[in-house]
Amino acid sequence: MTKKIKNLNLNFGPQHPAAHGVLRLILELDGEVVEKADPHIGLLHRGTEKLIENKTYMQAVPYFDRLDYVAPMNQEHAFALATEKILEIDVPIRAQYIRVIFCEIGRILSHILNVTTQAMDVGALTPTLWGFEEREKLMGFYERVSGSRLHANYFRAGGVHQDLPQGLEEDIAEFCETFPKIINDLESLLTENRIFKQRNVDIGVVTKQDALDYSFSGVMIRGSGVPWDLRKSQPYDCYEQLDFKIPVGKNGDCYDRYLCRIEEMKESVFIIKQCLSKMEKGPIKSLDGKISPPSKKEIKQSMEALIHHFKLFTEGYRVPKDEIYTAVEAPKGEFGVYLISDGSNKPYKCKIRAPGFSHLQSMDYLIKGHMLADVPAVLGSLDIVFGEVDR
Amino acid sequence: MFLKTNNDTKFRQLIDITVVDYPENYKRFEVVYLFLSHEFNQRLILKYTIAENEIIPSITSIFSGANWMEREVFDMYGVSFKDHPDLRRILTDYGFEGHPLRKDFPLTGHTEVRYSEDQKKVINEPVKLEQNYRNFDYESPWEGTRYIKEELDNNDKKN
Repeated sequence: MTKKIKNLNLNFGPQHPAAHGVLRLILELDGEVVEKADPHIGLLHRGTEKLIENKTYMQAVPYFDRLDYVAPMNQEHAFALATEKILEIDVPIRAQYIRVIFCEIGRILSHILNVTTQAMDVGALTPTLWGFEEREKLMGFYERVSGSRLHANYFRAGGVHQDLPQGLEEDIAEFCETFPKIINDLESLLTENRIFKQRNVDIGVVTKQDALDYSFSGVMIRGSGVPWDLRKSQPYDCYEQLDFKIPVGKNGDCYDRYLCRIEEMKESVFIIKQCLSKMEKGPIKSLDGKISPPSKKEIKQSMEALIHHFKLFTEGYRVPKDEIYTAVEAPKGEFGVYLISDGSNKPYKCKIRAPGFSHLQSMDYLIKGHMLADVPAVLGSLDIVFGEVDR
Repeated sequence: MFLKTNNDTKFRQLIDITVVDYPENYKRFEVVYLFLSHEFNQRLILKYTIAENEIIPSITSIFSGANWMEREVFDMYGVSFKDHPDLRRILTDYGFEGHPLRKDFPLTGHTEVRYSEDQKKVINEPVKLEQNYRNFDYESPWEGTRYIKEELDNNDKKN
């Protein structure tokens, strides 16, 4: 006698601690094996692109903090670069170094979060506690430079908003000395850990070809053995003058991606150190008075400066008609801004290319044939943040 | 439309698909494809203009990554793709109507969502603005703010 067996449909999320936000995943299960995964996204959709079309260029910057909210400044960087390219303005060298320092801090922030929460998804609790202590310090740096821990709103077209406060350089340098030890501690907990390896090695394997087909970028493509990093291949700001290595994985599984992230954190520390030693005193934003606002002191003394200040913060600056695509290597992958200006003070269109969007859509392909318990492991190693997936 | 992206040029990766809306043109949508070639370190921007009710072929069979990108374009602009395996809305809410990124779609949207204590469920209502929506379009900052509600009222009077 034969009996028809129906596959079980399981609703994973949207409020699930391992869903890293508000992912609703509809899984079709055959026993414990996943047959099909259908991610439903958009639960955090806020219409960022539409909002940016209705704001001036300066007002658009804070929206970028709210995309990938674990590494806010990397997103701002993409937008700042795009506007600068259309405006054809130069960024002072000190501002470039400051931006690179904070981008790398963002990278460390994001990778700590990802590595440790992924470890938590597969059962290890301690790394999270250790890692988050370091994140707290880094967010302290964010706060000292911009006034807020997460939504920094610090980068501007033409530089950064203000110079580093006194003593911050020394404190970041000190952090660079102590942090590698923490990475080693994390590694001692995870890298050779039997359970961690069982949960991650050969799980969620991506071949080189599939990584290209699915528009992967960042760690996802490097983990599969493609040595591609925009900081090296299409350098922006002062990355050209810095010396760093690109870690590349071999097998394209979750474990290789974990290793890549750990190595990238070490490289980031190295980059920050170089920036700190190379940095010299100087201006931190474009000297073009039609783009960057005058100093507070000038406003008190000069009528002209006061008018400029008022005009810049109400009308904003006008950007000539042009279109441009710029991409930066955000911690998650290639974060791009496709900006179309029409000569007015607002962007005509601003398309945000989020790396997590392409990564998440491969969920069905990655998880097919794996066990249900592997879903959090794969999801964790994709490194998705819903702020940027849903936009 | 179909470049052989996988041959000589080696534009192996599709970065993004998007649409730019120019409502004043008859062929109002400009579909933009962004490609990347790792080997030659080159980017390519490919554009294709279509009218509102035109359907363009899907490229999901060439780039698997195009699936969600085309769904997003469909959701945001209402451009349909032929032979797309699964053309559903992706970012907007279940049961959403309209295409939000079109230029003629208002920033505030048409409906707002709230939980109704009477009906014990989440309901959709037309947007009611308790306060004037202020449009901070200071083309000239000396003129002050225009209010959308006032404009609407003025339009009503004219009609």
